[in-house]
Amino acid sequence: MSRMVQTRPLWLTNARVVDPSQDLDGLGAVLMIDGRIAAAGPSAVNNGAPEGAEIVDCRGLVVAPGLVDLCAHVGEPGHEHRETFASAGRAAAAGGITTLVAMPDTDPCIDDPALVDFVATRARRTSVVRVRVMAALTKGQEGNELTEFGLLGEAGAVGFTSGRGAIANAQVLRRALTYAKDFGALVCNRPEDAALKGSAVMNLSETAVRLGLQGIPAEAETTMLARDLRLARLAGGRYHASLLSAAESPELMAWAKDKGIAATASVSAAHLTLNEMDIGAYRTFFKLSPPLRAEADRLALVDAVKTGAIDVIVSNHDPQDVETKRLPFAEAADGAIGLETFLAAGLRLLHDGSLTLPRLIEAMSTRPAEIAGLDAGTLKKDAPADVIVFDPEEPWVLNAKDILSKAKNTPYDGARFTGRVRRTYVSGVPVFVR
Amino acid sequence: MTTKAANPYGFSRPHLLGIEGLSPPEIVDLLDRAEENIELGRQPSKKRDSLLGRTQINLFFENSTRTQSSFELAGKRLGADVMNMAVGQSSVKKGETLIDTAVTLNAMNPDVIVVRHNASGAVALLAQKVDCSVVNAGDGSHEHPTQALLDALTIRRHKQRIDGLIVAICGDVAHSRVARSNVLLLTALGARVRLVGPSTLVPGAFREMGLETFTSMREGLKDADIVMMLRLQRERMQGSFVPSVREYFHYWGLDEEKLSYARPDALVMHPGPMNRGVEIDPAVADGPQSLIREQVEMGVAIRMAVLDAVVNARGNGGEAFR
Repeated sequence: MSRMVQTRPLWLTNARVVDPSQDLDGLGAVLMIDGRIAAAGPSAVNNGAPEGAEIVDCRGLVVAPGLVDLCAHVGEPGHEHRETFASAGRAAAAGGITTLVAMPDTDPCIDDPALVDFVATRARRTSVVRVRVMAALTKGQEGNELTEFGLLGEAGAVGFTSGRGAIANAQVLRRALTYAKDFGALVCNRPEDAALKGSAVMNLSETAVRLGLQGIPAEAETTMLARDLRLARLAGGRYHASLLSAAESPELMAWAKDKGIAATASVSAAHLTLNEMDIGAYRTFFKLSPPLRAEADRLALVDAVKTGAIDVIVSNHDPQDVETKRLPFAEAADGAIGLETFLAAGLRLLHDGSLTLPRLIEAMSTRPAEIAGLDAGTLKKDAPADVIVFDPEEPWVLNAKDILSKAKNTPYDGARFTGRVRRTYVSGVPVFVR
Repeated sequence: MTTKAANPYGFSRPHLLGIEGLSPPEIVDLLDRAEENIELGRQPSKKRDSLLGRTQINLFFENSTRTQSSFELAGKRLGADVMNMAVGQSSVKKGETLIDTAVTLNAMNPDVIVVRHNASGAVALLAQKVDCSVVNAGDGSHEHPTQALLDALTIRRHKQRIDGLIVAICGDVAHSRVARSNVLLLTALGARVRLVGPSTLVPGAFREMGLETFTSMREGLKDADIVMMLRLQRERMQGSFVPSVREYFHYWGLDEEKLSYARPDALVMHPGPMNRGVEIDPAVADGPQSLIREQVEMGVAIRMAVLDAVVNARGNGGEAFR
């Protein structure tokens, strides 16, 4: 769908306006003109709506910058039966996301500037939300040879990632971080030692023993994270630890930040809201990578988002179909979808008192935009008018049959949520209205 | 023709193992002596007799056409008997150590051995085991002193000075013996040396030597008088240090646009052999600002001066033998 253009000024008023990028949290309005923010906060109330403006009364609702998801597997090109930019875009808009960053583990994988260009063009034509691309860190995602950080960046890649696996070879990661420094590029690694993981399929715990499943120790993550942070210090490039799961990982991140190492980290919304007990009787929709861990791990991750030891929350949207999920637990594919439930899952942390709303929006919008160098995640004047309106108190139950994603592998089927997206705007144009 | 009258501050060492440790007057002395050889090399008859009857062995553990021919020609023009040891066909292949080779060659009473070896420090080690002069023709990524001397000679002939010039050395500095020798020589003579290239090839440790490093050619070449390009080895191109030839050329290959960031009268140098289209654009390599062919001519003149100096320093009872 080629992007529509905002024709009338739009005034969202009587709202609680939350914008961590300028420390806004209070009653106010947001005015959008020609696809950009014209004013936000109390000041946007004073001057009223310009003539001819569409006025939306947002009493009881929150208006915030659109969410920015740094990690979503889409499947295009190569796996269109699971998800396309069109279906992912619709799901993202419903989940409050206005910019999603697509992972490069497609077929072919995104390791060439021409492919970045292809994906950008294709997504622009078919998705209602903005789609940016994370390119592969190594050619063919084989973990050996660096990709062209300079040319890929010029083509529009917002960062470079190891994908689903880790860069096992420390010398390769060291060179990547060294070379990335010259371009200010972001290097993302999934810290998980493949040898320590072996063929294990869930968290190493009593639950795993009871289920008779092989367990992945937290050390598969923490040993590599500790290594990576030291390589980041040695090389000086910008390092991002993708998808942390273990309680000890935030301690390592806090250490790195204290030392002034340019390191950031993400955690998926699922890992902040679920734990290994949810697997119950071998429910494969809870089979994730990294694995859901114990409640103590979940609590430590939530606390890390609160303190900033973990910077951002991502959806880690990973569409899988019946073929890959309706299998015995150990044989099923990892992954769960997460675009559509992104904001609602995050709001659980607001309602249980773990996070403030500004911190939640910061972790889901402002901070990911900063890390990826995107013109997003803010309601500052002249920023693109990517805005969401949500009711933080609306109770609802997710029914898998209503899901907009092509793939239905949600871990939240039948789950109760408090808080729901009402409207999503991209460049001042409504792309989702409930 | 004999060597110049003794210059008390001039070069009178039995070996040339590196630029490190040479004083500026010693360097200038070698450049001055080489000047005389340039004219000689342009005559129909190019022979001198200062090494007549002397034996020179070129011992190259690494393949080299250019440097070896240059040393061979230099020795022959001085009247020496020159033998090339093709190590590829020698007993080194059969497991003989560097020291064994040195001792064997030493027993043949040569006057000078010219050595290239792929291990840093190997030439200095060999020099301890022989009774003749030793000239370093390149050891690992340590030093290549005659290259630095010929570069300095080339620069001096065009700019009439070295002091105060801005010299940008660009490319694979990390693995380059040419870069190290040039840094030492040019800074000793008062030039401002900058190192330019991706951080994978220009390690930050060079900054601790007091050098300026740049990742951007635009910044690194700004106001440069000399742009010295280094060869990028094949094995560095394939993803381990730089992702690809096209990306390397795009950001660090010297083309006309990047050269325009330097001074309008900037001169372009390259120790050879060049990879056209990798580190240098053919239009620049063969363009009006290029000194690349002249460097080759200066190479013979410098090597004549060095061979003459080391052999005669020893013969004349110069500085104590090390």
